[in-house]
Amino acid sequence: MAIAAFTSRHRYALIEIGTTVLILLAVWAVMDNVDSYVTRPVGDILARFQEAWLFANVMSDVVPSLIRLATGYGAAVVVGVAGGVLLGLSPALRMMAQPTVSFLRSMPAVALIPPTIVLFGIDTTQKAFVIAFMCCWPILLNTADGVAELDGTVRSTARAYGIRGLDRLRFVVLPAAAPRIFAGMRMSLSWALLLLVVSEMIGSTNGVGHFIIQAQFSFALDNMWAGILLLGMMGYVLNASLVMIERRVLRWHVSTRTARG
Amino acid sequence: MARSAQLEPDAGTVDELAAPVAYVPPDGDAALRRRSLTDQPWAPVVLGAIGILLSLAAWDMLSRSGFVSPQDLPPSREVVVSFFEQLRTSEFWGHVGNTLRSWSIGLALSASIAIPVGLALGSSWAFWRALRPTVEFLRAVPGVALVPVAILLWGQGIQGSVALIVFGSVWVLMINAMYGARQLDEVARDTARVFGLNRVERIRWLVVPGALPYVATGLRIASAAALITAVTAELVIGSPGMGSAIAKAQTAGATVKMYGLILGTGMLGLVTHLFFQRLEGHFLRWHLSQQKAG
Repeated sequence: MAIAAFTSRHRYALIEIGTTVLILLAVWAVMDNVDSYVTRPVGDILARFQEAWLFANVMSDVVPSLIRLATGYGAAVVVGVAGGVLLGLSPALRMMAQPTVSFLRSMPAVALIPPTIVLFGIDTTQKAFVIAFMCCWPILLNTADGVAELDGTVRSTARAYGIRGLDRLRFVVLPAAAPRIFAGMRMSLSWALLLLVVSEMIGSTNGVGHFIIQAQFSFALDNMWAGILLLGMMGYVLNASLVMIERRVLRWHVSTRTARG
Repeated sequence: MARSAQLEPDAGTVDELAAPVAYVPPDGDAALRRRSLTDQPWAPVVLGAIGILLSLAAWDMLSRSGFVSPQDLPPSREVVVSFFEQLRTSEFWGHVGNTLRSWSIGLALSASIAIPVGLALGSSWAFWRALRPTVEFLRAVPGVALVPVAILLWGQGIQGSVALIVFGSVWVLMINAMYGARQLDEVARDTARVFGLNRVERIRWLVVPGALPYVATGLRIASAAALITAVTAELVIGSPGMGSAIAKAQTAGATVKMYGLILGTGMLGLVTHLFFQRLEGHFLRWHLSQQKAG
């Protein structure tokens, strides 16, 4: 029994690794052999990748991008959680915000890039604003929902023990809403990366998005692919880090898997 | 072996403010339950309208505050008027039509790839394990990073937008379908086995109905991703649609018109969102009623 389980686990691991390697080889073969004006030999791309990202362009492009992302996403988390708690605690406020929030949350925020360039210029503020504008809504909605559905027993217990004010927020409300907050944050993260890339493509003097669109304009295809590869890796690493943080923070929670009860 | 938590579907997230639930003391003492403003039947409409007016007023205050130039941020009234004026022009509907065309083609292609593949991935552990690392990686890649590739291959053609939309929306839908196929009701599965349903019948009567609510959630999120990718392609590549109209209005210095177009883009987002949300609610209700009946 144990042996059977052991071998089947290994068989699946073998399938996983084998197929992935095959897919990579297929991509490699296509890039190397298909004669087209977008494909480039993988060796050349990797060489450029090493030149650019280890570490010549790190300070000039990667760091500015990460600062923009962190500022915008961080602002979205703060605004989303604060607004969500307010709305979650007050039914009247929730009804008041409902139509406006519905509109803002479904607006494709890339449309705001041209006017925000006029309003804020093309520096970090503008990119952070666009990112925060779109990313705060999923967090706000999930937080509000988590707070509003605070378990009746928890509510009564907190009241009976006279826990109120900031203590109530810190020890009762926020922990109860935490799984929802993270669900919203996970959703927002992919929007944040998208908006970062687009806002850097449209108006910027540096950043990874700027790097790849510039590479395309000047037909430096190795650069372009190296940039795309880096963005893919950034997306993957950021997602994985958020999932790790979520697991750590929510270790106490009964079901860290389902955000909705 | 622990499955990766990264591949949770986004089904757990809510995206509408929950209807207020009045606080009822656990012992059910009705006297303690306050009748409040929010219990009134007219409350959502009236309070919602007040909320909209307050936001517009805040916008106007910002525009008048001197904090920004009124030329860069015109008062809300002018923008709303411009929006309604543009609604009567064929130019506006032309932009809407162009955006909706690439959005709908892209989303349809994406669904026709993602749903069958996702269901297959959810039904077979070996198949899923085989493609897991690839799907996990591609899902995390911001699809708009491929904008330069689309420009090189297709210029301003609609194929570029469609390809970007497919890449931007296919993974989230695939993962939701995969999850849906995996959430099979065990009683139903055993029943199907006892009655000797073959593979095709099992998919038709078991896998697909069980996965529908998840697929519907995936479609809602994919639709939002498809729309933002469509507008992005228009803004960056310049293919016709709302995005390029916004960029053109800005270059021409027609700020009020530009904000009107942005309002229109937001409305497009709202309408498509509400459509898929209703679809989702429909399937979810149907799903729950089926389970109760069973």
